[in-house]
Amino acid sequence: MSAGSIRLENVTLGYERRPAVHHLTGVIEAGAALAVCGPNGAGKSTLLKGLAGLLAPIGGRIAWDGLSPRDIAYLPQSAEIDHAFPIDVLDFVSMGAMRRIGLFGRVGPAEQARVSAAIAAVGLEGFEHRQIGTLSGGQTQRALFARLLVEDSPVILLDEPFGAIDAKTIDDLVKIIARWREERRTVIAILHELDLARRAFPQTLLLAREPIFWGPTREALSDARVTEASRMVEAFDRDADECRRDETPHAA
Amino acid sequence: MLHELFVAPFVDYEFMRRALIGAVALAISGCPLGVFLILRRMSLAGDALSHAILPGAAIGYLVCGLSLPAMTFGGLVAGLAVAVASSAAARWTALREDASLAAFYLVSLALGVALVSLKGSNVDLLHVLFGSVLALDDATLIFLAAIASFTLSALALAYRALALDTFDPLFARRISPLGEWIPFAFLALVVLNLVAGFHALGTLMAVGIIMLPAASARLWTRDLTMTLPLAAAIGVASSYFGLVLSFRSGLAAGPVIILVAGGAYFLSLIFGQAGGIIRLRRPRRHLEG
Repeated sequence: MSAGSIRLENVTLGYERRPAVHHLTGVIEAGAALAVCGPNGAGKSTLLKGLAGLLAPIGGRIAWDGLSPRDIAYLPQSAEIDHAFPIDVLDFVSMGAMRRIGLFGRVGPAEQARVSAAIAAVGLEGFEHRQIGTLSGGQTQRALFARLLVEDSPVILLDEPFGAIDAKTIDDLVKIIARWREERRTVIAILHELDLARRAFPQTLLLAREPIFWGPTREALSDARVTEASRMVEAFDRDADECRRDETPHAA
Repeated sequence: MLHELFVAPFVDYEFMRRALIGAVALAISGCPLGVFLILRRMSLAGDALSHAILPGAAIGYLVCGLSLPAMTFGGLVAGLAVAVASSAAARWTALREDASLAAFYLVSLALGVALVSLKGSNVDLLHVLFGSVLALDDATLIFLAAIASFTLSALALAYRALALDTFDPLFARRISPLGEWIPFAFLALVVLNLVAGFHALGTLMAVGIIMLPAASARLWTRDLTMTLPLAAAIGVASSYFGLVLSFRSGLAAGPVIILVAGGAYFLSLIFGQAGGIIRLRRPRRHLEG
């Protein structure tokens, strides 16, 4: 499976002129596995929304080479899902097929087979007709992964895929990520568990609004750099001046 | 006895038959929309939109008097304008949907009442606010039936898209360029039904037949495919018994239909199998696994 790369050119993402990710430049190659680490409020989720095309940069440019928004699968934080909505696991996982069949198409036998396979792959057999709202945190995460499997996208963005779930579930889900890597899909994940980043992701972007380091995981997650990232000031300056850094020449 | 009570009014009087057909058409198409309004946490949006329709209908009335096409057209334009403007404001400004909708409908309502007061008597105002389900003419009936047919067709076609957008709007926007437009299309359907309801039940009561059966149905089942027909069935039953009750008591038909729907809602609150008071306060013995 080959996919295009994603290029970030001096990208600033944020809300109401306040940068959450400030002047980020780099290339995510096709088939890369990139962990995004950093303290709370470092702009990790904002960056992911930008990469998914859900949030337009307020400075710089994101270029998706040969990728349409539909090629980018996105796993939101569990809290962003409406758990009260009456939908069962089977229908939920089937949503992934809509990338191919559109809003109105039929879920044919091929898609149904894909859905069953995905549900089996995440270990949710027997849960097909359980309502999403009755699942535990780990089971919900498994269902979200199953939907990603059905989506079958070349680029997969994961926002804190392992928040508040047990070791067994993490192991199972890491295996799925490993499988995606073998299939040469691009996987970008926000992780708070640095050990997991070291285990499953060769590349890491350490972010504290400004990029601290982007490169091999071992170097990015050195004690010195992690300490540096944690010193980020979360509060913003009420009287901040306009950012003029764009005017200084930077490497194109 | 039973025949005299429940069937005779409709056999004997044509205006009762017409009222029943109109109210049933409204209930069948409006109630499923109400279910989606509840799921989208926009229960009060229907209310707001119904008020927003008023100035359009009023302008139609000012220009042409009590004319079906003029008031319908005016109401549609005003309702759609407020729906689009408030969705857009929610999308592109700092205000959330409920606040922007409230702002737009309050302005719209004030404008509507001011316009109605410009010309016309209190009787006309009563018609606009409470409708005239007992005086539906052929044109209005065909209009109600047409809107019901259109709404049901649209729901059948776009059911999955609408459910998806309600559940996970980011996903809907990501997988299809059409995703962006689902909320607008849905609000347009709601406006269409409110305008239809406006002729039969009036602007204020029309929301009742959309929301009350939907809220009741939600208390009986968690399965969306069951909730939609159940809501419609409760709506139809409320219309029928409301008309019977109104015929016997001499009370105004529109409000009595809504009162019956309200009664069904209170019963559901108490006895509902999926979230009623009894089920929540006195759970049955737990299962083995």
